[in-house]
Amino acid sequence: MRKSKALLFEMSRPGRQGYSLPSCDVPEKPVDELLPKKMQRSEPLELPELSENEIIRHYTELSTRNFGVDTGFYPLGSCTMKYNPKVNEDVAVLPGFAFMHPCQPLETAQGALELLYNMEQGLKELTAMDRFTLQPAAGAHGELTGLMVIQAYHRHREDHKRNKVLIPLSAHGTNPATVSMAGYEVVQVPCDDRGLVDLEALTEAVNDNTAALMLTNPSTLGLFEEEIIAMAKAVHEAGGLLYYDGANLNAIMGYARPGDMGFDVVHLNIHKTLSTPHGGGGPGGGPVGVKERLIPFLPVPLVDRKDDQYYFDYDLPDSIGKVHSFYGNFGVAVKAYTYMRMMGAEGLKQASTDAVINANYLMSLLKETYYLPYDRICKHEFVLSARPEKKKGAGAGDIAKALLDRGFHPPTVYFPLIVEEALMVEPTDTEAKETLDAFAEVMKQISEDIDEDAEKVAHGPYNTVVGRLDEVRAARSPIMRWEKDKE
Amino acid sequence: MGGKHYLPLTDEDRSEMLAVIGVKTVEDLFNDIPSEVRLKRELDLPPALAESEAISHLNSLASKNKHFHNCVSFMGAGVYDHYIPSIIKHVTGRSEFYTSYTPYQPEISQGVLQAIFEFQTMICQLTGMEVSNASMYDGGTAVAEGAIMGCGATRRSKALVSRSVSPFYREVLRNYFNSRGLDLEEIPLKEGHTDFAELDKMLGDDVASVILQQPNFFGLIEEMDGVAEMVHNHKAVLIVSADPLSLPLLQSPAEYGADIVVGEGQGLGVPASFGGPLLGIMAARSKFVRQIPGRIAGETVDSEGNRGYVLTLQTREQHIRREKAASNICSNEALVALGAAVYLAALGPQGMREVARQCIQKAAYTREQITALKGYEELFTGHYFKEFAVKVPGDPAELNKKLLEKNILGGVDLAPFYPELKNTMLFAVTEKRTRAEIDTLVRELEGWK
Repeated sequence: MRKSKALLFEMSRPGRQGYSLPSCDVPEKPVDELLPKKMQRSEPLELPELSENEIIRHYTELSTRNFGVDTGFYPLGSCTMKYNPKVNEDVAVLPGFAFMHPCQPLETAQGALELLYNMEQGLKELTAMDRFTLQPAAGAHGELTGLMVIQAYHRHREDHKRNKVLIPLSAHGTNPATVSMAGYEVVQVPCDDRGLVDLEALTEAVNDNTAALMLTNPSTLGLFEEEIIAMAKAVHEAGGLLYYDGANLNAIMGYARPGDMGFDVVHLNIHKTLSTPHGGGGPGGGPVGVKERLIPFLPVPLVDRKDDQYYFDYDLPDSIGKVHSFYGNFGVAVKAYTYMRMMGAEGLKQASTDAVINANYLMSLLKETYYLPYDRICKHEFVLSARPEKKKGAGAGDIAKALLDRGFHPPTVYFPLIVEEALMVEPTDTEAKETLDAFAEVMKQISEDIDEDAEKVAHGPYNTVVGRLDEVRAARSPIMRWEKDKE
Repeated sequence: MGGKHYLPLTDEDRSEMLAVIGVKTVEDLFNDIPSEVRLKRELDLPPALAESEAISHLNSLASKNKHFHNCVSFMGAGVYDHYIPSIIKHVTGRSEFYTSYTPYQPEISQGVLQAIFEFQTMICQLTGMEVSNASMYDGGTAVAEGAIMGCGATRRSKALVSRSVSPFYREVLRNYFNSRGLDLEEIPLKEGHTDFAELDKMLGDDVASVILQQPNFFGLIEEMDGVAEMVHNHKAVLIVSADPLSLPLLQSPAEYGADIVVGEGQGLGVPASFGGPLLGIMAARSKFVRQIPGRIAGETVDSEGNRGYVLTLQTREQHIRREKAASNICSNEALVALGAAVYLAALGPQGMREVARQCIQKAAYTREQITALKGYEELFTGHYFKEFAVKVPGDPAELNKKLLEKNILGGVDLAPFYPELKNTMLFAVTEKRTRAEIDTLVRELEGWK
């Protein structure tokens, strides 16, 4: 059953082609006349040569070696792998969106600008922020943009001492990486025994060096930071700002808004909360919203309206500048906008309600079998610990591989770092009760399998197109491209 | 209620599930949110639309826009109207690809991982580099991250960027550098080209990298002879932002000694989409592999010796290294890269050479016709690929307005980016333009003023 798939390069035969181009209909000149020899390429161009049919079969086979939300349940914690509505895909490829040039005159782009404008109004209402930029192309890009805005704000006030950003231990790995990207230092804030940010430690950690606190709420443990008001007060009183990592917004739409909790800057992952597909690693979208006092520092241009005409506003003298060549992932925004318009206020709130019901329900089922370190009502996700299983010989990573054999995408494993052998489960709003029941049943079976023969579980998966892949070997002597002579 | 068809729970399900959870009402699940921050009203959003209503609404927005299907485009400046083979959307439209997440579980993600591995290989084949990542957000962020890489590799904190590099990219670069406290200086222009004599003077042992663009923003091909040597003499790194579609014809960056190649891959079968999603390219010599940001797919074997692919060198990345990561990038443009890989596979070496040949021939023809017109002249002398800048007899915005009456998306006005270049425009001519379209453009230009 198991086999490797040939690479495009191994299927290549000289002389085959997968394209057709019309012949050149302008009078041609010898290339040497247009381009001196020394500017011309001399090394051969070694791309594969294949017919269209071969290419389609190649990628069709590759697609069967891949698992998506359309394939099955995908409870990858913190990634909100909800269903990606098909209509979103249809409207995003309308020629009036997909084939627009970013520099075309604004009077020929009114529909696109109106969409961006409407999208911003929706995001403002959803989050209680005052302005948004849609330029960031992903969540991490949004984080960086947000910190740049915070930095510009402090610098503008000539408050140059602020060089530290506080991050709870439960934070996404991107948060500390972003802090470094922006030239700040990370200060870790511990969590208390409830899994929440330790308010006392936070209060001690804030001072006049604090640029910001970056926080996900609900946290990566799926727990709502109940002390958020006190936390916001502590940070603000010290002159710092509050940054909201919106990766987990799917838990609270219509229930609570980051802007009302005291956050000054927010990024959203529209490829999570607002249903746009993740594409196997992008394109995503990471719009950033800010409170009034930070608007002057947002990237240019902003989208504005005057007398029913939409336009790009570049008149922000204190703007950080740009974070993307143009206006961000417009095509992704079209999908998220469509989703928001179809869900409406009630639908978005229902999505959060169902995401939270699903998570709590699945948690109730699974905690009968697995250790739940923080046993309380969760929001959209929860974290189990496979520490007991690990002691028997099969840990979180092995449980993940066992799930592959049974047709499920596993939860996020080994994250967050504050839980040993973590299994982070996020069922999302778009899953049926029967799916959760089936998943819980399989998880129970895996637990029994570990009791019976942990060694066997530790060597899975068994039913996948390839067996467990040797990641250590891949990293030790990296092969990152195909090479002809090594064939 | 809108969007109900995406939410499978029934009221009966919900009450059964609440009972299992051990709470009475949904409200009990949200009690942990302090009442001070609870939203005590419904969100104020437009009424939910049914699918057919949403389609009508989006159609009506889209119909207000001009686009490449109802206009003939001569716009470039980094985003182009190249032909996109049908095959691409059929591959990227396979939902096993587009509905998947980053391939953290390689055994069920071989499709995306192998496709990225093949993409990386083809980017290396085009650029002559030894290693490529899975993609960056766009050309601008690729330039910025390339420059940060250069600083990391040399442990220096200053980059020199030519003014002939896209102003869009320089804006992003300036912002990234400013935030991080790194120094950026601009190399002046000489007749639309990078002033290499000036660069020689600016180079010093504090310079981490020199950033050039090939062809440059004006469409001119920079004379790269001896540049790498000049840069390397100061132990600095040469970063080149290259148009991948020019590479079948132009000397590859490896041939003239570049260390890091970045660029915008939109021309590789990616819809322009009003400037995004685009495709940032990031490739380098293998000695820089530990500094490369983002995802990289690598080959390995499974427990039975079968070849397979995984995300590799993850110790560079944020989820392992946290604040010590090479970059914070996680999501990139993987699906766009997949489409670009299909494009490269479909065109192959022959098709890519043909596209490049038609670009240079058609652009040369157009330039010759336009510069022969009264009132129009070549802005800079040099060698061009598919784009060129000309002086026009008046305000480019007015000219574009007139061209639009004939459904032509004209050139890009250079003055907003180069205040000294009043009444100049940048025209792009891809392989897709026909002689008839070009001749219409030329006639309209002739009749203006």
